[in-house]
Amino acid sequence: MADTQKVRFRAGGYQPDSKIFVSILSLVATIGLWQIAASLGWVSTQFASSPQAIVTSLHDLAVSGELWLHLTASLQRLAIGWVIGTIAGIIVGVLLGLFSIARSAGMALVSALFPIPKIALVPLFIIWFGIGEGSKIITLVFGVFFPTVINTLAGVDGVQRRLIRMGQSFGLSHWSIITKILLPGALPSILAGFRITTATAIVLLVAAEMIGAEHGIGAFVLQAGNLYATDDLLAGIVVLSLLGLTVSVIVGLLERVLLRWR
Amino acid sequence: MSQDITPHSGIGLSVCGVSHAYRSLKVLDRIDLDIAPGEVTVLVGPSGCGKSTLLGILGGLVAPDAGEVVLRGEASADCLNPLTYVFQDFALLPWRSVAGNVALVLEDHKMDKAARAARVAEVLALTGLSDFARAWPRQLSGGMRQRVGIARALAVRPAVLLMDEPLSALDAQTRDLLLDEFAALIARTGVTTVYVTHNLPEAVRLGHTIVVLGRRPGRIREVIRIDTPLSERRLDDPAFLAIEARLWALLRDDAAEAERELA
Repeated sequence: MADTQKVRFRAGGYQPDSKIFVSILSLVATIGLWQIAASLGWVSTQFASSPQAIVTSLHDLAVSGELWLHLTASLQRLAIGWVIGTIAGIIVGVLLGLFSIARSAGMALVSALFPIPKIALVPLFIIWFGIGEGSKIITLVFGVFFPTVINTLAGVDGVQRRLIRMGQSFGLSHWSIITKILLPGALPSILAGFRITTATAIVLLVAAEMIGAEHGIGAFVLQAGNLYATDDLLAGIVVLSLLGLTVSVIVGLLERVLLRWR
Repeated sequence: MSQDITPHSGIGLSVCGVSHAYRSLKVLDRIDLDIAPGEVTVLVGPSGCGKSTLLGILGGLVAPDAGEVVLRGEASADCLNPLTYVFQDFALLPWRSVAGNVALVLEDHKMDKAARAARVAEVLALTGLSDFARAWPRQLSGGMRQRVGIARALAVRPAVLLMDEPLSALDAQTRDLLLDEFAALIARTGVTTVYVTHNLPEAVRLGHTIVVLGRRPGRIREVIRIDTPLSERRLDDPAFLAIEARLWALLRDDAAEAERELA
């Protein structure tokens, strides 16, 4: 027949897929290109170093033990600051989610304090807590606390009222409603917050260490810069990149285990 | 009197002069009603007649503007939650397995681990869920989710089962299957039941007493008795079809009006 036409499929596309091979290739190609440019003298190794020099520098730092000295100092601050900020943030977030007065008072404070760039507070914290560990950890705690409060509160608010009503209708205790309904319900939002707060914590960690610290990756990067040691400087930055990557993998694993019900 | 009634189901409810309004909208107007122990009382009515509100008031989830609800009789010693709901939307905790959802309330009571596990296993078996104890709610069909809702309710040995349109989120076939299971479970446990629905075959299948509520303000228009035991009811029985027709005649105008109303 003349006037027949096959129906054409037209609902394709708009579904980007992740191709691991392409991802790896793009990384390898960038590093390779950099190495070639450095080897052929296209870029000055004094300013941009080279992947090879950075690896050598990392190796030397690891062997001499300097790397671990800085890394443990940084990890310790990161762990202490993040854990305190997170626990405090979750507790306050839940309280704001539960009580009208706490919410009204707390939200005003959180809204006012949250937008302050926390780095700007480092000098103040140094005045208050001295140049030692205290001021650095407080900076981290502060930076982690507010996003955690906001994410926890959003999570608690997002728990469906019908589930709370169910708990009440079965005569569950307040404690059970909080621990078995509100907190698990808020967990996806709290864990999403972990992605933000771990990244924030690393930024603040480096900034605080640059302002005044003997040890720590931030201090190391700053010293290397002062000495024009670009190999060491970039080695420090690679360490920070790996640190960020590791932390985000850990958060991802945590999500996969704790939210496997989804 | 129905032969379904078993001697241990001793709790009845008295609704005395209950009124309720949402802002200026009066949904229930001086309702007086006796819920007989060991029987199934079905509340039917068009949407917006306040039947779900009344069920909420019966179990203490909605505070009436006026009037009160009184429990009559004493719950058995092992009853952990006298007034127990089964929800339309199941209200399962998605982060707990089937067994975890059923155990939720038991965990709040002093009960040794073995006794709790035994109770969970018992109600899962009763509702045909034994093979699904470790499944997540998201893995279950709607019908299976509501079976979990029933299992969770039966686990606390309720004195009164308050069922809020428990089948209306399900497809027609699942609904028919579950309806028969409900009838069997209710007959077997002899638990006093209040069942809200707008589905008339459900009302006729389960109700010993069918309370027809009218609209705006919600008042009791008629109370119909069916004495045939639940186990002997067949929906294609002409007598039941006649009752259904009578219910529909009572509801039709109100339902049509409700249908045309803006939210």
